[in-house]
Amino acid sequence: MLGFILKRLGLAVLVALTVSALAFILLRLSGDVAVAIAGEGAQQADIDLIRETYSLNRPIIIQYLDWLWRTLQGDFGTSIYFKTDVAALVFSKLPATLILGLSSLVFALAISIPLGVLAAVYANSWIDRLALAIAVVGQALPNFFFALCLVMLFSITLRWLPVSGSQSWQHYVMPTIALGYYAAPAFMRLIRAGMIEVLSADYIRTARAKGVAPRKVVFTHALRNALVPVVALTAVQLGFLLGGSVVIETIFALDGLGYLAYQSITYKDFPVMQMVVMLLSAVYVLLTLAADIANAWLDPRIRVS
Amino acid sequence: MTLIAKACALMKACALMLASTALVATASSPALAQKAANTVRFAYDQAPENVDPFFNNVRIGVIIGANVWDTLIYRDPETNEYKGQLAKSWKQIDDKTIEFDLREGVKFHNGEEFDADDVVYTLNFIAKPENKVVTQGNVNWVEKAEKLDKYKVRVTTKEVFPAAIEYLAGPVVIHPNAYYEKVGPKGQNEKPVGSGPYKVTNYVPGKSITLEANKDYFKDSPKKPGKIGKIEIRFIPDRQTQMAEALSGGVDLIMHVPKDQADQLKAVPTLQVVSGETMRIVFMQINSLENTPAPALKDERVRKAINHAIDREAMVKNIVGEGSRVLNTICFPSQFGCTDEGAARYPYDPAKAKALLAEAGVKDLTLDIVAYRERNQTEALIGYLQQVGIKTNLRFLQYAAMREVISSNKANLTHQTWGSFSVNDVSANTPNYFAFRTEDITKDATVRDLLNKGNNSVAPDIRKAAYQEALKIIADKAYAVPLYSLPVYYVASKDLGFKAYPDEMVRFWEMGWK
Repeated sequence: MLGFILKRLGLAVLVALTVSALAFILLRLSGDVAVAIAGEGAQQADIDLIRETYSLNRPIIIQYLDWLWRTLQGDFGTSIYFKTDVAALVFSKLPATLILGLSSLVFALAISIPLGVLAAVYANSWIDRLALAIAVVGQALPNFFFALCLVMLFSITLRWLPVSGSQSWQHYVMPTIALGYYAAPAFMRLIRAGMIEVLSADYIRTARAKGVAPRKVVFTHALRNALVPVVALTAVQLGFLLGGSVVIETIFALDGLGYLAYQSITYKDFPVMQMVVMLLSAVYVLLTLAADIANAWLDPRIRVS
Repeated sequence: MTLIAKACALMKACALMLASTALVATASSPALAQKAANTVRFAYDQAPENVDPFFNNVRIGVIIGANVWDTLIYRDPETNEYKGQLAKSWKQIDDKTIEFDLREGVKFHNGEEFDADDVVYTLNFIAKPENKVVTQGNVNWVEKAEKLDKYKVRVTTKEVFPAAIEYLAGPVVIHPNAYYEKVGPKGQNEKPVGSGPYKVTNYVPGKSITLEANKDYFKDSPKKPGKIGKIEIRFIPDRQTQMAEALSGGVDLIMHVPKDQADQLKAVPTLQVVSGETMRIVFMQINSLENTPAPALKDERVRKAINHAIDREAMVKNIVGEGSRVLNTICFPSQFGCTDEGAARYPYDPAKAKALLAEAGVKDLTLDIVAYRERNQTEALIGYLQQVGIKTNLRFLQYAAMREVISSNKANLTHQTWGSFSVNDVSANTPNYFAFRTEDITKDATVRDLLNKGNNSVAPDIRKAAYQEALKIIADKAYAVPLYSLPVYYVASKDLGFKAYPDEMVRFWEMGWK
């Protein structure tokens, strides 16, 4: 087991390194960073000064190694745009994103578990088809469009919720629904498939034969087993939700990591972008690793293969 | 990035739907303007990197700068007349020296008294390149400032610099010396202190900034003390969100609203839509360098054909919108030295354009056009060129990338805009593209020398004559295609009284409730 974990950790470090190098190089390939920082209308003197200030005139590989060396020492640098410490800036935005990510996950589970169970219990009936339709809409509708529909309904027509900002819990309602609804279909399909399989298992038939109440069969006997693969998916989906919040946070001007990522891309603030990308990929890698370890612990066959 | 760009494009498509739904909704809802709280809530799509005006180069930074800080001189936006602000009066001692008599009894927001030390400290600070002021072009003309007595200062420019007064009336604000020396640009960003009509009471970088009226603001200032008690500025990147905020009464003022959306919002009873001309000019550059990648452009007839091919009047009327006007030379008409007198004009005449192309022996001409904003306008330009037989490939790029394409001589045609940093002088405009700087893809030595002559004299007549001659050559030889000025659409709560100016400045101190 230890060997397995170590191997996986090594792989995680490799993934993180690759991501950091890719982010570093791609950002610099998207145009002259000095020109971007100097802004529209800057004169050559401005651009030269910036190029010198940020050592942008050195070879890209040297810049990357320099960045990596400082990062390994825990120095994430200073934001080019906001002129503040990158780590402090990023961590100050983390809570809003975590709240959004977790609440969307809870929302996604809250709608996908009952829908998935209903679809499985009434497989191939109109209830199943309705649940499937809800899932298809969730997956097919771009989440920014859905977000705008929510704004139209709750902010403009009904005037119940504020459009944007992050001052109160009300500000999180629409972003949570928009992001959570997008993540729900994957859960729903998994639960439906799992439930259908479990419901036809021998022990369920036995339970039914023994006269256990149908509700108890579904929720106590079947659901518990159908939820096992959902745990693994949850880890991956949480990572996805944290990364996928860029568009939603930008639309709702929610002061989180996604919004910061958008700003850092717009302003070519590469130290910030590097750290956001690194942090999100690290979270993703760690969550996947945790899921792998959990699976390996649950199922010894994975360890051997 | 592309994902976000795609998302933004799709969102734009949804915006009209949003607006039309809102029309029905808001018709019956009461206005939620913050009239009772005497607070104006303003949303802007970009956050300033730093609140200190010397360390940002964005419009919102300029807006905050003018409301929180004062300058030595004030340019009246109605008459373009210079008035004393922190300076009572000034006089030009020689070509490179100006002397200022300062106002007494002015206080900064932290109570520090204003005097010559503040001016001397600020100007000498920004003049040093090692202090890394972001917009070097706004400050690198300052040689030094000296204190003559407590309320008298002498400023020396490095070269003869006629636009000095204009810069001292714009981007060059005055900081409190004791405070600035203590906290530096970093502290000035975290807790900004100026002497302007509004003071900063709360600032969360990237999120919001709150201003409150400065009750001790000096009565003689041409800016006047603010009537609105509080200004809340929030940074909302998405335009559709801004629009939804305006519709739901969440904000009282937004600007830079696209024309199609502004047109829709005109029908909302709780809102007013104001369109104002700006100093931002729109033009096309034509690469006529000796080694241009499109040699046909070296022929004056081809360049003239391009000029005749475009119906600028129709573009202004149908695409650009109210507040825009057609231009005949590469500058904004209110700028000192800007004129189209004597310059060749190219009315819309596709037949003439075709004839000129035929005369030049050009057939099947295909050109690349690089652009970075107002894509619908670029597409209209492409359509007009197509009609006279010029095919164009659009290369729509980020500003930084476009600039690189131009400076590395890979551009054939460009579709660009330029706002001159709101500096009301030709020296901030035309020389960027015709005085052999990075983006000059014409390189006519006569034009360059004339522009430099205008830039390096303090005699108004000499300057005017030089600029006029340069602008005439540019037009006569059809080196570029001047198009029109860009308007800015503001959408505001119906109760808010405000005015739009060509310098795109939001003057909170002038606002009031109706």
